[in-house]
Amino acid sequence: MRRLLAGRPWVWSFAAAAAVWLAAIGYTGGTGAGGMLTAALSLAAFTVIVGIGQMFVITLGPGNVDLSLPANIGLSSAIAMTVMNGSDSRVALGLLAAVAAGLGVGLANYGLIRALRIPPIIATLSASFIIQSIDISYGRGLQIKPPDGFARVVGWQFAGVPLLAVGTVAFAALAAVVLHRTVFGRSVLAIGQNMRAAHLAGLRVERVRLATYALCGGLGGLDGALLAGYFRGANVDLGNEYLLSSIAVVVIGGTSVAGGRANVAGVWGGALFLVLLLTMLNTFGVSAGVRLLLTGLIIVGVVTAAGGPKAA
Amino acid sequence: MTQANKAGRILRTLLPTLSLALVMAGIAYLNPRAISYFGFTLMLNLAVPIALATMAQMFVIAGNDLDLSIGPFVGFVCCVAATLLRTSPALGSLVLLGGVGVYVALGALIHLRNLPSIVVTLGMSFVWQGMAILVLPAPGGRAPDWLQALMRIKPPLVPFPVVAAVLIAFCGYVGLMRTSYGAVLRGAGGNPAALRRAGWSLLRVKMTLFGLCGALGVLAGLALVGITTSGDANIGNGYTLLSIAGVILGGGEFVGGRVSPTGAVIGALTLAMAASPLLTFMRIPPDWQVAANGVILITVLAARVLISRRREAM
Repeated sequence: MRRLLAGRPWVWSFAAAAAVWLAAIGYTGGTGAGGMLTAALSLAAFTVIVGIGQMFVITLGPGNVDLSLPANIGLSSAIAMTVMNGSDSRVALGLLAAVAAGLGVGLANYGLIRALRIPPIIATLSASFIIQSIDISYGRGLQIKPPDGFARVVGWQFAGVPLLAVGTVAFAALAAVVLHRTVFGRSVLAIGQNMRAAHLAGLRVERVRLATYALCGGLGGLDGALLAGYFRGANVDLGNEYLLSSIAVVVIGGTSVAGGRANVAGVWGGALFLVLLLTMLNTFGVSAGVRLLLTGLIIVGVVTAAGGPKAA
Repeated sequence: MTQANKAGRILRTLLPTLSLALVMAGIAYLNPRAISYFGFTLMLNLAVPIALATMAQMFVIAGNDLDLSIGPFVGFVCCVAATLLRTSPALGSLVLLGGVGVYVALGALIHLRNLPSIVVTLGMSFVWQGMAILVLPAPGGRAPDWLQALMRIKPPLVPFPVVAAVLIAFCGYVGLMRTSYGAVLRGAGGNPAALRRAGWSLLRVKMTLFGLCGALGVLAGLALVGITTSGDANIGNGYTLLSIAGVILGGGEFVGGRVSPTGAVIGALTLAMAASPLLTFMRIPPDWQVAANGVILITVLAARVLISRRREAM
């Protein structure tokens, strides 16, 4: 057991997710266990999509984090709904536009980081202020509903398994292959371990960073479009919760905040844990205040238990 | 070369002040009447809590950490001040002191377990938000009268926010830049290994830095609730990002213990002005006010890069 866990910190995140789920169904006496999982899988999928983008960015090394995801999601959800304009024949076009908008945000982020030589956290923060304004002025009062077909596909489930979750699992598997088996993924890991060494080894460090921020932005755009489909409409505040949760799931899943060590499976585990934790607290019927308080304490507890990197 | 270096350094130090002057010049051009005792009082209405929160963030950044929970913490303090502190001052003060204690404990936890401060404070942001809602489930309550009176002081000639900002900057400057323990605190970010070899306890330094952050966070919350007169659990949420932006605008850097207390206060004033309600009267539509913050940040950082590049070239 110990050997299994050693070097596999992500197992903890799934164990924790299972524990909160068991606690929740234990409380209800088993009723609604399946429904709980179905809902959790759908909601976790949205967190996983941006979480994987965030994971690539965080893996680049200390200080790398994308704070513009919420603004990005808000803006691209509005763009997707406008382009689709309620018509099923324009779904592909709308998705493309949302991803393109997200890519644009990612490129702008990288441009600021590179041109101003400022820490990514402050670059993405400044960018998010501006994107938020664009979104408020562009998306305010936007009442366009997603096309029926699109909304149905995003919310579709077979035998309690949401299609979206299946797609996201496949996507996560693809991301794991990209991370561990391609030149790009290995470059990201190498840069996170030691940027200077990676540069001296002949890696095109700046190109990889550019691609990583673009990837994260693009995934944010895609997530915005899907969220608008799932929640039946675009909204400026649609992405707000993903500022914290995208970072939290990455870290809970065993990816190192210091960079250079990433885990895709853990992102799923972390996302399921967070969503099921909220479900559990909801079934317990606790108030909003207690729910937030416990969520915070559990996040701090999990991080403390997992421990930081050993001091050099 | 040394002369050019010196000029560059002076220019860099002056940059926060220059950017503040630039924003003020812009406001004066758009609306000359704003440059008055009344205008400043209105424009800098929220400057005092923002400056205090920025100062709080600065101490944590000085030790190479980041506090993502300062906003919700300020909100929590507001809620306690609008309820407990009014009805039972002793208990209210005890709760606020407890908040500072939690910050000190966080500093110890982060140091001892070598945890990423971003993640721990991220978790704490949920905790403070939850506690704020528990204390004050719906917006309301009422700030103690003495707090409201304090924030409504009208000193002669110079508006209160300006007086307060100068005072905050002065205290921060003397404490962090002019005392020997201040140098030790900055050293925690600059060269922790050297600090440890010199016999200082890094644990104590981290606890002090986080404790100071908590104490200033309490002051920020008290100042904020004194202005708004009632509490709201979500009132402080914007302060996390504003405080980080303020520190960076003021010439601070994320690593190396390079921070500037006076710069941080000036940065906070710049952001407070850029976000002030007066902008609405100045043909800047409210939609774009958030963007104003982003544009100011980017402009100042771009100017800083230009200055540093010139220095390197010479």
